[in-house]
Amino acid sequence: MKRRDFLKSMTAVTAAAAVPAPAVWSPAKAQSRQETLLIVSESGPNNLDIHGVGTNVPGYEVSWNCYDRLISHEMKTLPNGTPYYDKEKFKPELAEDMNVGDMSATFKLRKDAVFQDGTPVTANDVKWSFDRAVTVGGFPTFQMSAGSLTKPEQFVVVDDHTFRVDFTKKDRLTVPDLAVIVPCILNSELVKKNATAQDPWGLEYTKLNTVGSGAFKVTNWTAGSQVVLERHDNWKGGPLPKLKRVIWRMVPDAGNRRALLERGDADVSYDLPNKDFSELKSDGKLAIVSTPYSNGIQYIGMNVQHPPFDNVKLRYAVAYAIPYQKIMDAVLYGLAKPMFGAPADKPTEVAWPQPHKFTTDLAKAKALLAEAGYPNGIPDPITISFDLGFAGVNEPTCVLVQESLQQIGIATTINKVPGANWRTELTKKTMPLFTNVFSGWLDYPEYFFYWCYHSGKSIFNTMDYQSPQIDAFIDGARAAAATGDKASYDKDVKDFVDLAFTDMPRIPLYQPYVNVAMQKNISGYQYWFHRRLDYRSFVKA
Amino acid sequence: MLTMILKRLLMAIPSLIGVVIVTFLLTRALPGDPAAYFAGPAATPQAIQEVRVKLGLDKPLIVQFGHYVVDLVHGNLGTSLTTGQPVATELHNRLPASAELTLLGLIVSIVIAVPLGILAATKPNSILDHACRIVSTAGVSLPVFFTGLILVYVFYYLLGWAPAPLGRIDVFYLPPPQVTGFYLIDSLIARDGDTFIASLKQLFLPALTLAIFSLAPIARMTRASMLAVLSSDFVRTARASGLSAYTVIITYAFRNAMLPVITTLGMVFSFLLGANVLVEKVFAWPGIGSYAVEALLASDFAPVQGFVLTMAALYVALNLLIDVLYGVVDPRVRLEA
Repeated sequence: MKRRDFLKSMTAVTAAAAVPAPAVWSPAKAQSRQETLLIVSESGPNNLDIHGVGTNVPGYEVSWNCYDRLISHEMKTLPNGTPYYDKEKFKPELAEDMNVGDMSATFKLRKDAVFQDGTPVTANDVKWSFDRAVTVGGFPTFQMSAGSLTKPEQFVVVDDHTFRVDFTKKDRLTVPDLAVIVPCILNSELVKKNATAQDPWGLEYTKLNTVGSGAFKVTNWTAGSQVVLERHDNWKGGPLPKLKRVIWRMVPDAGNRRALLERGDADVSYDLPNKDFSELKSDGKLAIVSTPYSNGIQYIGMNVQHPPFDNVKLRYAVAYAIPYQKIMDAVLYGLAKPMFGAPADKPTEVAWPQPHKFTTDLAKAKALLAEAGYPNGIPDPITISFDLGFAGVNEPTCVLVQESLQQIGIATTINKVPGANWRTELTKKTMPLFTNVFSGWLDYPEYFFYWCYHSGKSIFNTMDYQSPQIDAFIDGARAAAATGDKASYDKDVKDFVDLAFTDMPRIPLYQPYVNVAMQKNISGYQYWFHRRLDYRSFVKA
Repeated sequence: MLTMILKRLLMAIPSLIGVVIVTFLLTRALPGDPAAYFAGPAATPQAIQEVRVKLGLDKPLIVQFGHYVVDLVHGNLGTSLTTGQPVATELHNRLPASAELTLLGLIVSIVIAVPLGILAATKPNSILDHACRIVSTAGVSLPVFFTGLILVYVFYYLLGWAPAPLGRIDVFYLPPPQVTGFYLIDSLIARDGDTFIASLKQLFLPALTLAIFSLAPIARMTRASMLAVLSSDFVRTARASGLSAYTVIITYAFRNAMLPVITTLGMVFSFLLGANVLVEKVFAWPGIGSYAVEALLASDFAPVQGFVLTMAALYVALNLLIDVLYGVVDPRVRLEA
């Protein structure tokens, strides 16, 4: 072949190769795009099973969508139109009927429910799954115990489709605790087949495989890069989801996540920086939903066991020095609910979260500082610590606090703790001054206070606050809730809220928002207590 | 030649052993307690201790090292705690992604930088020479993630020419059946033109980002080495003999100037693998760099060790390759000597 001929034929080949249209334009692809939801977020799961060792929060989202619980919550609508889970109302999921007695609850399972491999769901699977949750240790066991579910003996198989939970004591949180993510039902026979002697509960298997009866199953998981979920067409726990497939891509760069949304390539994203969200909101090209974290608060904590913050006057001084409004405007771009500056005459409510009465008042702060025994301020720098994993909010907050404290004469240095070490640091309970966020799955004041203020060993009592008085109020409220004694419940709740604001071991700043940005053709977003997405209700028009 | 390669491989063994020991110790010296991290948010001290025993972190360091070495000899790099997968599998899946990107970036860079360097050397202090200087200075002084973000902003967000920066292939395409792990090659093997174009499109911006970053050393080195050669006697002789400018510059001068350029290429390739980490973050590229960084942030030892070891092995292989290339380019270089 001559060179010229060769070149000619090459051109022909290239032209021929270029002719077929990219597959994206073919009808089949368009169809699949229509039924596929593309989610982009910063990080993805590290484990597909919430019972696993160290499953992270994105892993909860997988569990929620791939497994069923016995019961779930009904939806209600917030004033702004967002569907929001109704903490009071339960609906059956895997159970078709729930009968709560005095010291036990009996569940009738759906007879037609099947796991994703086709085997029917029986009460034995439920018992095995619950036994697993209270036995494997770590987070799942801990969460179960929050509802007084602690021993395998509590879970009884009555017959193939009847299951009973016996209570060890009366606890208002027992039934709600059955509707959280942890008590999910696994295909016990399938897991047992893949369990080993060292790993009797098959945690290694379920880490990589979803074996539930839920609406979706994971068909491809590349850690750190993507999760692909396909619909379980035989799902019986509710109306069949409209989406056939969910592709969840990890895009570490926030700017790119925003670009993907704005270009219309991604359908949903929910962990953009507040600045982007507030700009997208005013742009109006996308649908933005902001919902306050249920039972969640970002706060400044102080270690009350060690000087200098063992001095309540000094804690007041700090509470008067925090630049609350600046934080709201410059850090959160208004996307949060203030938890400060309640009017002085406002009575305490039986509710949580509720704002405290401190505002930014540097003159008062200085006076209190002098009263606390530091007329010349505190020249030795105190460290303010924060979790680098949430640096977008934490870092500017700490800088503003540092600046403000400097003005009343308290010197500080900022200590950035890598996300991986944050829990370790919290457990030590030695950080003098820090910012952190806590939100409880169960939306009850006494639940929040039990984790955050009770003298027990909870890691979330990050201030190491010890007060027999508050313990009595919290325990009293829990007992009153279990027996339905409303009068003493209300009194106890008001008392512990008042005491928390009088002793001020932690200064609430604001209730953060969950911000979700979606294309205009996406509907069906629901807010859940776990704050992650429920794919089952999404619709792509 | 073969004995030379074998000899070089033997010489690499002590350095690899050193790498194994140092990475083991370094990862253990990292702050943070993996047991506390993996015990989860609400762990009690007892739960943390349970996890520690489960992970084998309660044993003395020397015992842990022994286990590690035994596993290593069996080709087992351990299991990543964050992703839950064996490190060897993950590296095997992710290395091609990084390698494809780096190689393509390097090729683009060579295609631009080498001619630019040659042209600059033939006309020193001309406009072209200054242009070469400006381009390479700008390229090297812009951080890669910045170049990457700008390219995404302009070509994806504003103009819409580039595909979404969502990794190696469009979300709605399936990757080609794996043979080499390089999507470009695999899609050609599968004779799938669509997939080839789709993955080339995805590759284009990240590769360009890397290329811009690595233009400078290659262009500058080509220019300097060409200048030296062009002023030597044999070039003057060739010119005096009336050879065409092309023959003088490419056939005689450039071949002689290639040796330092190849050395630079080796170095550039190594630091491109490092710069990759940031590019992978920007373009959501599932490569080994982002894998290692994520593991590092979670105090996850096994992937970090596996990553460093892989990189070390890669460098050894690369240096060997360059030494071999020396002999091919310039027969005067005798490595056996």
